[in-house]
Amino acid sequence: MLEATYKPAGDTALRVRGLSKRFEGAAAPVWSDISFDIPHGQRVAIIGGNGAGKSTLLRCCMRLIEPDAGEVFFGDRSLSGLRGRELAKARARVGFVFQKHNLVSRLSVLTNVLHGGMAWARTPRMWFHGIATDEHRNYALHCLERVKLGHLCERRADELSGGQSQRVAIARALMQKPKMIFADEPVASLDPQAGEDVMQVFSDLACDESLTLLFVTHHLEHALRYADRVLGLQDFRLGLDASSDSLSARQLRGMYE
Amino acid sequence: MSEQRYTNPPARFERPSAGSLLILVAFVAFLAWSISAAGISVPELLTGLPNMAKIASEMVPPATDRIVPMMHSVLVTFQMALVGTLIGILVSLPLAVLMSRNHTPHATVRSVIRSLVSFIRTTPDLAWALFFVASVGLGPFAGTLTLVMDTIGFCARFFAESIEEVDDGPPEALAAIGASRLSVIVCATLPMAMPSLVNTGLFALEKAVRSSVVLGLVGAGGIGAELATSMELFRFDQAATIILTIFLLVLGVEKVSSRARMSLLKKRQ
Repeated sequence: MLEATYKPAGDTALRVRGLSKRFEGAAAPVWSDISFDIPHGQRVAIIGGNGAGKSTLLRCCMRLIEPDAGEVFFGDRSLSGLRGRELAKARARVGFVFQKHNLVSRLSVLTNVLHGGMAWARTPRMWFHGIATDEHRNYALHCLERVKLGHLCERRADELSGGQSQRVAIARALMQKPKMIFADEPVASLDPQAGEDVMQVFSDLACDESLTLLFVTHHLEHALRYADRVLGLQDFRLGLDASSDSLSARQLRGMYE
Repeated sequence: MSEQRYTNPPARFERPSAGSLLILVAFVAFLAWSISAAGISVPELLTGLPNMAKIASEMVPPATDRIVPMMHSVLVTFQMALVGTLIGILVSLPLAVLMSRNHTPHATVRSVIRSLVSFIRTTPDLAWALFFVASVGLGPFAGTLTLVMDTIGFCARFFAESIEEVDDGPPEALAAIGASRLSVIVCATLPMAMPSLVNTGLFALEKAVRSSVVLGLVGAGGIGAELATSMELFRFDQAATIILTIFLLVLGVEKVSSRARMSLLKKRQ
């Protein structure tokens, strides 16, 4: 097994300390005592077999699922003990892109992107683009342009292809003006070309905006090509933490054995 | 075909248990008693047939001498149904959110509202109508209030079920953004549940139109009052006109709501 070898440098965007999670009724924990630091601007892939708890880890880092033990820090701020509006404010710093896109299917693309603005403007005018301010609409259009989908702003979300939906979800995350982006298997439901396009969009945005990117993937070539660092979950713990430059696809395949 | 003979094939029918058999016997006995209590009588039916034929013959041709006040009553009936349904839907929405498993603020709130809605639903329309006639007097207002209650009992329950069936993904995405609970409901849950909500709302309107006819019989306004008066005065020709008008009204509302439902549920290409 590959041991944790990565030594982080620079300001920390995300710090995880001693995180553990066991679901009710399960014999074994999903994982326990997970710790790592991610510096600002780093692109990190999380890999591991089915059921290794990759998505659970991502959700615990946002407290969308409550961990049993451990602490998560965004910068210097601990998420533990935050509730209601304070927790919402902390979450707003992270754009979360889901495997199934999770767009509101009956609403327009522009309204879906606009919803990202609820991270920083808690006004009902963010609910639908028809009642939004010109400034907010323009920013939503700008975010759509960033993923090259400005021409589809008026289309309904359920009329998009899988790749387009995922790019709209990325635009919604950008609308948050995030410091970090978490992506849970963002290309799992896409064909290979659409998957490459989406990963390229992520990679470009992370570089252009100096965003910290943490993505879960089963595509080992994506982990090696688009990440600076790879975290691997195995045997209920963090079994790999290494720079992607130092790894080969063969070594990563070892995580699935 | 296989020639093999099985010595111990499975039984063709499952043998009922002693308990099931006992329940079946008790049910049949109760049904027989109910038939007798319901006063079902073939001789009386045969005696009544000539009267039915006489009334039916007096219904033809339907009278048109009071067509203008009748049309006015039909319009009032529809207006009562429309306003009652709309107010009922508006009250049902927040109740449905509060009693849905995924959005209730607390289990106790859910339980209290569910019980309240069950009470409203299980109380018959006529009981509500008599209550409101006694409270606010005869006329369409009592009927409208009755239809509001009827719609709340129907819609709040089905709206809550539609809200519970919404895919968790989009609401989770907005919660992850940091949206408030109200924003999550307005921006994700309600739009996702919208086809089902509109469908239920249209059924509620159809139901209210049918109910509003009956409400007139107890003085709660609308065409039902005209029907009761015509029958009491043995003006069966006028009653025939009213029955035909009611039929056209109910059919019209069903056709329009069915068309609206079809266009709503049709997936855009």
